[in-house]
Amino acid sequence: MSNVLIVVEAQPDGSLRKATLNALTAGKQLTAKTGGELHAVVLAKDAGPLANAVKEYGVKVVHAGSAAHLAHFTADVVAPAVAEIATAIKAEYVGAAATQAGRDVMPRIAARLKAAMASEILGVTADLQFTRPMWAGAVIATVKLGTAVKCFTARTTEFPMAEKGGSGEVKAFSPAAPAKPLQKVVAFKEVKSARPALTEARVVVAGGRGTKGDFKDIDALADELGAAVGASRAVCDAGWQPNDLQVGQTGKVVAPQLYIAAGISGAIQHIAGMKGSKTIVAINKDGEAPIFQVADYGLVGDLFKALPELQAAVKAGK
Amino acid sequence: MPIKILVTAKRVEDYESKIKVNAQGNGIVQEGLKYKINPFDEIGVEEALRLTAKHGGGEVVVVSVGTKDVHEQLRHALAMGATKAIWVNHTGPLDQMTIAGCLQKLIEKEKPDLAILGKQAIDDDQNQVGQYLAEWLGWSQATFASKEESLESEAEKSKQPAVKLSADLKSITVVREVDGGLETLECTMPCLVTTDLRLNQPRYASLPGIMKAKSKPIEEHTPASLGVDAASKITVTKMEHPPARKAGIKVPDVAALVDKLKTEAKVL
Amino acid sequence: MNFSLTDDLKALQETARKFAREVMRPKAAHYDETSQFPREIIQQAWELGLINMTIPQAVGGIELSHVAQAVIAEELAWGCSGMATSMIANDLALLPIVLAGTKEQKEKFLKPFTEKFLLASFGLTEPGAGSDVAGMRCTARREGDHYVVNGQKQWITNGEYADQFTLFCSTDPAKKHKGIMCLVVQGRPKGLTVGKHENKMGQRASNTVTLTFEDVKVPVENRIGQEGEGFLIAMNTLDNSRPLTAMFAVGNARAAMEHAIDYAKQRQQFGKPIADFQGIQFMLADMASEIHAARLLTWESAWKLDAGERNTLVSSYAKRFAADMAMKATTDAVQIFGGYGYSREYPVEKLMRDAKLIQIYEGTSQVQRLVIARELLKGG
Repeated sequence: MSNVLIVVEAQPDGSLRKATLNALTAGKQLTAKTGGELHAVVLAKDAGPLANAVKEYGVKVVHAGSAAHLAHFTADVVAPAVAEIATAIKAEYVGAAATQAGRDVMPRIAARLKAAMASEILGVTADLQFTRPMWAGAVIATVKLGTAVKCFTARTTEFPMAEKGGSGEVKAFSPAAPAKPLQKVVAFKEVKSARPALTEARVVVAGGRGTKGDFKDIDALADELGAAVGASRAVCDAGWQPNDLQVGQTGKVVAPQLYIAAGISGAIQHIAGMKGSKTIVAINKDGEAPIFQVADYGLVGDLFKALPELQAAVKAGK
Repeated sequence: MPIKILVTAKRVEDYESKIKVNAQGNGIVQEGLKYKINPFDEIGVEEALRLTAKHGGGEVVVVSVGTKDVHEQLRHALAMGATKAIWVNHTGPLDQMTIAGCLQKLIEKEKPDLAILGKQAIDDDQNQVGQYLAEWLGWSQATFASKEESLESEAEKSKQPAVKLSADLKSITVVREVDGGLETLECTMPCLVTTDLRLNQPRYASLPGIMKAKSKPIEEHTPASLGVDAASKITVTKMEHPPARKAGIKVPDVAALVDKLKTEAKVL
Repeated sequence: MNFSLTDDLKALQETARKFAREVMRPKAAHYDETSQFPREIIQQAWELGLINMTIPQAVGGIELSHVAQAVIAEELAWGCSGMATSMIANDLALLPIVLAGTKEQKEKFLKPFTEKFLLASFGLTEPGAGSDVAGMRCTARREGDHYVVNGQKQWITNGEYADQFTLFCSTDPAKKHKGIMCLVVQGRPKGLTVGKHENKMGQRASNTVTLTFEDVKVPVENRIGQEGEGFLIAMNTLDNSRPLTAMFAVGNARAAMEHAIDYAKQRQQFGKPIADFQGIQFMLADMASEIHAARLLTWESAWKLDAGERNTLVSSYAKRFAADMAMKATTDAVQIFGGYGYSREYPVEKLMRDAKLIQIYEGTSQVQRLVIARELLKGG
């Protein structure tokens, strides 16, 4: 009857970050096996509204910690507050989504709870072990955590979003302010894009050297599909696109439902960043390009001709 | 004001290596693999060297945990310019908690102003040690340190550190890669920084640097001598490769592609 | 016996390999195409200590072992053998001073190279004196405290950009090799004309020019060794540098083999990768075994120098075998690539053109055979 605690994250505007719903599903998979309760913890200046949003998703109790010092989700203040609740409810599992924020705070929470942790879990086995990627996904390891409390971050692409059902209880609590603040957020610069974030997008349209730097058709198709835009390392190295669009071993690792690679030859390091995609489409002039070896559907041809055609077909099908 | 920084140099498989799971499914095939310093750690060494250069010198102490093979990575960091190396001698698996425990003891002993670690090692991809360490030391933490300027910028070419220390070394300002953008975080010192990929481009170990590194000291410890329990709290019970993709097909034109995406893959 | 590299050698190799992969190779096609001089790249190599490897520690150099130099030379040539030739040109030009210069001369002619990025050229070959070094016509006439030099030197690597020349000339051509001496020429003295950069078949990144000397005055204190000792100094220099040239062949051939393996695994014909065909496999197997043989032979020739042993025979084995091996390996690599291999879109035809020069410069494959035969047949 072990309880599970999920750490809730907010968007910059205070609304619920979707990735938390993926983490809640991981939590539900655990409670289904332990028979325990699913709890969530919300930390904010005023945690009430967010807690009310989260309680709809099949959570037994949402712990709403409100305090002025929690205006920013920094690890130094989040870790003690989460650990306090985890201890109070005797949580055996404490987890969060594998977002940047989750990756930042979760190990610090684990350290406070003297808990071992599995990062970026892909699934939970019948005997409560975790599967997780190693060597950039070249190996899937099954790991057993040997501490009383166990922590994890869940890869959002591997757990569907939790659905609404039931209404949990919201319990307010007041986390104590630290004696001396350690960290202060002084600025946030949003990488502005009407498009979804590369790592969260359902569809990614990516361009390579074959674009010669011209991303007009890629952008247009991405907009039509509501997709994120990615790029190969060659494109970012050449300065044609910003580095944060780079998909690959050394850039972003993406796993969308649909990945369209246009003018990308398929260097090993690029493939490492997108081979987890559910469906891969490759468009390349060179029929021998290695990208075709990982593509589900390959089209040998000029991307400047194929992409507008594809865009027109998608538009027509709407 | 001279500054003392602790950095790490984990020995990992070269990122270009092809990793194969062994026949028993409990580890990887070691044969034919090449080993390097963890690339994120190398970025940490570089940032530390830039910081000491900017702040009128100081010390960069590099730590690695493992068998004697890790001397290769320690020597690499020394050849880049680190001043002293510490080897925690251990054979066998180690979890993140043990490594963080060893580093905690070494930090208590060495008393650096700052520690800069790779955000994760490219073998187990855990991304934990820095955060554990910050909590156990009671330090501030600035994970995923990055910068606004690109790696092609003038700031990068002039080898300026991206992490900014106040003149009195009381605070540190770090630009971090966070969800949806870049955050600027001000932290009290001492601070635990973990590096992301775009923080800097590490220098090469020059030939004179390699020759000089030969005479730099490597201090030896073990988890036991540091008073750290090395029993692993994380057990890998199985390793396997992700399922191989089934062979793809070539489509003759865009119309056929759209048809396949709609009816077969069901993604449109 | 021990065939494995020490940790130090591995570390040096790693830096050279990374430099070759990240700096040299991405620019190799560009400099081959344009035949421009890769000055920035050589300067970067200087900053890392990848050139001037022979300068003694006493004058601020790093004085690497010959084995270490050989290990580095393989990596540089893997990046681009044309650039590697221009990089190693400094060591070739500085070696006579290392081997035969006085303490003062080492301070004057070597030390500046450790303090700033400078280039030096080795001037031995002439239009009419290639393999026949003793047939040189470039003369030096003594006039008081200086020599007056007249004549021509050909195929001079980096000559257009050199800050210093190591020149071999004769006080009396009738004396053949006994008349040769070695002079250091600094800067661009009056009477020295640099010819046009040669439009070469391969190794196009290396600068190659003709030098013409017309009444060029060189101070007597710039003479390395005595009059008449020049031939010996030149031969000793070439004994020292021959392992590096042999290693260029190894690096060049290794690059060709790696391209060929990658391609053979990707390229499909008759419904399977061409790597599945024995005809291709045999070519690859020959390349791999011969590259390895050439590497070990060359390591031995370098090791002998470090051990203070005469290496003339083994270094001729190495240079001969490695150069011919690289020619064959690169030709086979082009064959494996088929039509693509013959195209400049793909990297292997450059390697084949580059390899040809290794059979020619620093002692042709035929001269190496003559040296080997002479050693075999001498004595009773």
